[in-house]
Order: sequence, then C-alpha cells, then structure tokens
Amino acid sequence: MRLALTDDQAILAKTAAAFAAERSPLSRLRALRDPRDSLGYSKDLWSQMAGLGWAAIPFAEEHGGAGLGLAEVVLVTEALGRCLAPEPFLSSVMLAGRALARAGTDAQRAAHLAPIIAGDAVLALALDERGARHDRRITTRAETTAAGGLKLTGVKANVLDGFGADAFVVAVRTSGEPGDAQGITLARVGSRAPGVRVVRQHRVDGRNAALVELTGVEVPASEVVGPVGQGGEVLDEVLDAATVALSGEMVGGMVEALERTLAYLRERVQFGVAIGTFQALKHRAARVFVEIELARSAVMAAARAIDEGSEHRRALVSAAKARASDAYVHAANEAVQMHGGIGMTDEHDIGLFMKRARVAEMTFGDAAYHRDRFATACAF
Amino acid sequence: MTELDEFRSQVRRVLENEVPAALRGRATDPKAHVWGGRRMAFALPESRAWLEVAAARGWTAPTWPREYGGGGLSGEEAKVLLSEIGRLALPPPLVGFGLTMIGPTLLQFGSERLRREHLPKITSGQIRWCQGYSEPNAGSDLAAVQTSAVRDGDHFVVNGQKIWTSYGDLSDWMFMIVRTDPGAKKKQAGITFLLVDFATPGIEVRPIRLISGASPFCETFFSDARVPVENVVGELNAGWTVAKALLGHERAMIANVMGSGGRRDTASRWDPAEERLAALAKQYVGQAGGRVADPVLRDRIAQLSMDTLCFQLTVQRAADGAAAGHRPGAETSMFKLYGTELNQRRQELMLAIRGPQSLGWESAQGEPGDGFSADELQQTRDWLRSRGNTIEGGTSEVQLNVLAKQVLGLPD
Repeated sequence: MRLALTDDQAILAKTAAAFAAERSPLSRLRALRDPRDSLGYSKDLWSQMAGLGWAAIPFAEEHGGAGLGLAEVVLVTEALGRCLAPEPFLSSVMLAGRALARAGTDAQRAAHLAPIIAGDAVLALALDERGARHDRRITTRAETTAAGGLKLTGVKANVLDGFGADAFVVAVRTSGEPGDAQGITLARVGSRAPGVRVVRQHRVDGRNAALVELTGVEVPASEVVGPVGQGGEVLDEVLDAATVALSGEMVGGMVEALERTLAYLRERVQFGVAIGTFQALKHRAARVFVEIELARSAVMAAARAIDEGSEHRRALVSAAKARASDAYVHAANEAVQMHGGIGMTDEHDIGLFMKRARVAEMTFGDAAYHRDRFATACAF
Repeated sequence: MTELDEFRSQVRRVLENEVPAALRGRATDPKAHVWGGRRMAFALPESRAWLEVAAARGWTAPTWPREYGGGGLSGEEAKVLLSEIGRLALPPPLVGFGLTMIGPTLLQFGSERLRREHLPKITSGQIRWCQGYSEPNAGSDLAAVQTSAVRDGDHFVVNGQKIWTSYGDLSDWMFMIVRTDPGAKKKQAGITFLLVDFATPGIEVRPIRLISGASPFCETFFSDARVPVENVVGELNAGWTVAKALLGHERAMIANVMGSGGRRDTASRWDPAEERLAALAKQYVGQAGGRVADPVLRDRIAQLSMDTLCFQLTVQRAADGAAAGHRPGAETSMFKLYGTELNQRRQELMLAIRGPQSLGWESAQGEPGDGFSADELQQTRDWLRSRGNTIEGGTSEVQLNVLAKQVLGLPD
C-alpha cells in the first residue's frame, strides 16, 4: 500500500479543490442557511458536480460508474469539506446509491443508479432512529404482506438529506430483537408513498436532515434490496466506505479551519505585534497541524485498505473516523479560541467549521464508538 | 545483466559467504552493534569478522570516497548494498557518531589534512567520537556556549564544561563548539568548531546518573587542555555554520531511520496482535469475555494503539512522498515531537496497567523472588528514562517553534 497520490489522483484533487473553491464560497452556505432553505443544498450545483463525474466515482463501470475507489472519493469529499459544501454526496452516492449497487437486483440497479450518478435523483439512507445513538438497534418493524412484500412502521431520524429526497433506502427489522446483528432488511421506499411523512430537521450545521415517519408503508417484493434479514452485512460495508468518505470531508474542514486561523494569526495585531508571534499561540497552531497530519494519514490508509480488501480495513476505518473526529473538533475549537471574540460572532465564518465538526463527529459513530470498535477488531 | 545487477550479486556473494550467519536476523539487536574505538568491544564475537569484511571494502561508509576509507559507491549502489544487508537482516557493521555526524561534516568542511587523518580511522572503527555541544548554561539556547578556547602559539587553551556527552566515557575524540571571540556582536559569530583528542591532559569525563539510574550521558570538564590550532574545522569564529550543518546530518540520519521504518508498509503489515499492551492488561487486570476487564483501561489502550498506528502511517506517508520526489523537510520535527510523546504515553499506560508492580526499583542483592520480575524492574527504569525523550535532541517546545515557523509560516 502506498500512501501517496498517483498523477491521476493529484489531478482529481486539484480540479475538485479548484471547482469547490470557485463555485462554493461560504457565502453560499449562509444564503441557504439564513432563510432556512428547506433543501439546504443547491440542486443545480449538485447537477454540475455530478456532471464532473464525481457521483460516478465509487460505482463499477458495468453499473454506469467510473470504477474508481475510496482513494479517489476522499479527494472529492476533502474538497467539499474545505468549503463546507452541503451537496448530497454522502447520502445519495455513498449511502443509498452504494447500498443499491451492492445489494440491489439487476432491475433495481438499472432503474435507480443512473439518475443518482447523473445527479437527477437524490436518495437517502434511513438508518438511525429517534433518541438512539449510532448503534444499529433498528426498532422499525416490518410485517410480511400477503403479496410477499413488506409493511413498515417506525420513525427514522437524522436521515441525511432526507428532506426532498426522491426515495429512501430504509433499514428495518424483519426478525429478531432490537440490537441483534441479524434480522435487518433494506427496502426502497418512494418519498411520496402512502404512509410516509418527512419532517425537516434543522440541526446546528444547517444541513439537510430529516425525520421520516413510516406508518404502515407498503413495499412490494420488487423493492426489497438484498436478501431479507441480511441487510446488516450490506450496511457494514456501505457504512465503512461512507465513514471514510466523511472522514475525508473532515480532513478538508480541519485543514481549512487551520489555514484561516493561521491567516488571522499573521494579520491580527495586539500589543503592537501580530499575535502569531506569541509562542503560546504558535504552539497551539503547531499541535493542530500535527493532529491533522495524523488524521490525513489514517484516512488515506483506510481508503486504500477498503480498495484493496485488506483484512485490517475495519480497524483502519475506525482509526480514521476516531482520529478525524478528535482532530476536527480540536482544530475547530482551537480555531475559535485563537480568533478570540470575533470567532464567537455569527458574522465570522470560523464558527461554521466548529458546528460542522460536531455534526460530522457524531455521524456514523463518534470517536468513543470507533475506539471501542477498533479495540474489538484488535481483540483488546 | 546491468552493472547494478552485477554489483548486487557480488554483494550478495560476500554477505552470504563471508559474513557469519549467526548475525542474520539481528539487525536491531543492540548487542550486535559495534561502536568501535580504542576500547572496542564485541558483545558477539562474530561482529569482528563482519566489521573486517565491511571495512576492507569501504562498506562501513558506502558513499564516502575510497581515499578516506569509504566505499566510493554511487547512491544507487549504496541503496543496493543496504537492501542486501536488510534482506539478511544483518546489523550494520559499525555504528557511531563518527559515521553519522563528524564524518559527513569533515567531508563538507574539513581540510584535506583533517580528512586524511580522521576519516580512515572512523571507517575502520579505530576511533570513537562523541559530541560536545550542550553546556550547563547552553541547552535549547545552544549558541550561548561559554567553554572558552584562547589562542597560545600553535594551540588553543580550552577551559569549561560540556554536558550530556553521550558515551563520553567510552570515546576517544570529541567534536565540540567553543567560544573563541567573547566580544562578538552576535553570540553565534564568536564560535569555533574544534576536534579534541581525549588523551590530551586536562580533560576529565564523569558519567551522569539519571533519575532512571545509570546512563550513557557524561559531563566533560576542560582545564587548560591544549588543542592544536590545526584541529579547527572550517574557519575560526565560523563554527556555528559547521555546527548547524552537523545537526542537519543528525536530522537526516533520524529521518533516514524513520524512513526505513516507514518502508515497512505499516498499513499492509500492521498486526494488532503485536500490541503487547492489551495482553499485559489482560494478565494484570484480568479479562471478561476475552476483553480487557477494565473498560477505561481498554479505551486508553485503544487510543494509544490507534495513535501509534496513525503515527507510523504518517512516517510511511513521508517516506512514500519522498520516494515520489517530495523532499522531506521540517516534518522531522513533527516526528520528534509526536514520537517522543507517544513513548511517554506508552510508559505511563504501562504504569497504569501494572499498578504497584511497576514501582519496583531494584532486586535485593542475590535475592530473587522479592516480588518484582525483571520485566517489571525494567519497566520502572524505562518509564523514568522516557521523561527525557521530550527534552533531549531538541525539546518539544523547540520542535513546536520549528513547525510554527518553517511549516506554518508564523512570524518570529
């Protein structure tokens, strides 16, 4: 495994960073947040990103994708993370899209993947439940219908980009007790199906999240995704890849937070000198730098471990997410502290990174969750 | 077959036929490391033959010119030699500050006379060198050295004290920085780089006892020691430039060591089963359902293990980047900073795991079975010694300054 970019990867990283920086300044995020835009992202910009081929990256060529891997995905998510772009890459591509690609039938793939890859349709994965942490308990029930389909009842929460989504891939319990690893089934549910109610959740980072209430929603057998009762294994794989993609976004966010802070340390004058001359602040900034470097290495290694099918991939994914979570929160907290009072104002952008850091930290399991998973993978 | 291939098979023949097989697999065994010097000792008798084979071919310093006892190899050939030595996991034939520090500095700044006098004795292992930089009042602020050298005819008369002289009691010569112009406007401007034979009258070396017990560190006292003027390296009062270049060689050596560690491909070969901490914790604290019984301790082990992995991956990333043409720079400061703190955290965690069993100091003379195992006693010493890791070789605070200035571009 080489922890260096190939020439092609370097070009992708450069073009992604240039596009994101030019087309997605932070002012755009404010323009979506302040009027409480219900979608929270720009459909138009998402189409353009898809037009660059970003949404095709992690799909196989026979599914209409580019046949690339996580090593490329994290370059795109890092670029998105630098400018806090809220477009539905994680939700539609890495979660719902990859679940369909991995477990769906040929008919399901043929029908649903092309619009996702083109950016025409946005799908969301309805996994976490209200009041629960990221713990895969899954209490949403599914009864078998006479026609061989499923009838779903339950409430999903924190569904990323769930508001305005065209459809959901829902994780439901078809057997066993809440908390069992087995007995989870995935089903595709159209957002306008009878019994589906979607409520926009406004969270601290302003991004699209939704509460999805399912009341006796009927799903035909043709829309069950993968074998009944074996959705847990699909989720394992899909979530690991999405976790690495998110960790890549987090690296982008922490790098940007540090760079903005360094610029401030050079320009802000107190006691007649730039505050960046103060050793107390230099040392804080240098520590943030080191944490970022370690997080980046872990993310690069986790991405390649998945791409290469390494036996250590679960441990590396958890190392990457735990590291990225701790490092992003640390970098963002330090960024606000070093900005001083202006960093506490809503007018200044640095606080946006702190808010995103916290949401990202708790998405797909926080640092403590992943330390535990790492320890289990290592048989500690 | 290219010339390089031919060289490789030639090297392989020598290593397989002329180097004692008993040394294979002992690359990192300290007992297999020969430091040379007038009091040269071989902990393993086989090491002598390996040193002789290597020195005869110049392989103790592969890239140095042949006329100074080096191998005269190109960079490519030296890589081949190292990779073949690595293939058999042989120890280096000779180690020490002569090869890694003063040798490269003499090649860069030394007069022809100095090179011809000293370099062959370094490559053959005849002379062991030590470093005379730090003083009681010149630690992080190295340019504040006060040891004086006053000209008297063909000699300098040296007076003062050096400290933290690693292996000073086992060395034959010292390279040192001395103050030759106390009136210079900038303190860096009045410093000269000098080579001193420890056989000179007026030099006394005393080992330093650390909080962890015996140590390789020494204090070196100079009382009217007379050193020939021709032992100056570089120009008079321009020793700071030489001293800094030598530190660069030291860093390159560290980066090299780190780099070869990185080339192990941590990401692919990483094996959590090598992680001793969890096994020890299960032994000392107990296990429940195959897990470390104490969940807080288990979390700390996971954190440290994860941080160690991420550090090793970062070292590998630097090495992979260097292989792709990126020049390693101030990130060696990051490795020094984080690697030493990691070791301290590991030692602290070992204390937590072993509890009161980590508090033993020494065995009662001739009375085994006083309640502490040899491992536990070593643990106490390792923990205490590790506290120095973030001080020696540039304190953590100095490393943070370097990162802030050279990597982050923050103003002075």
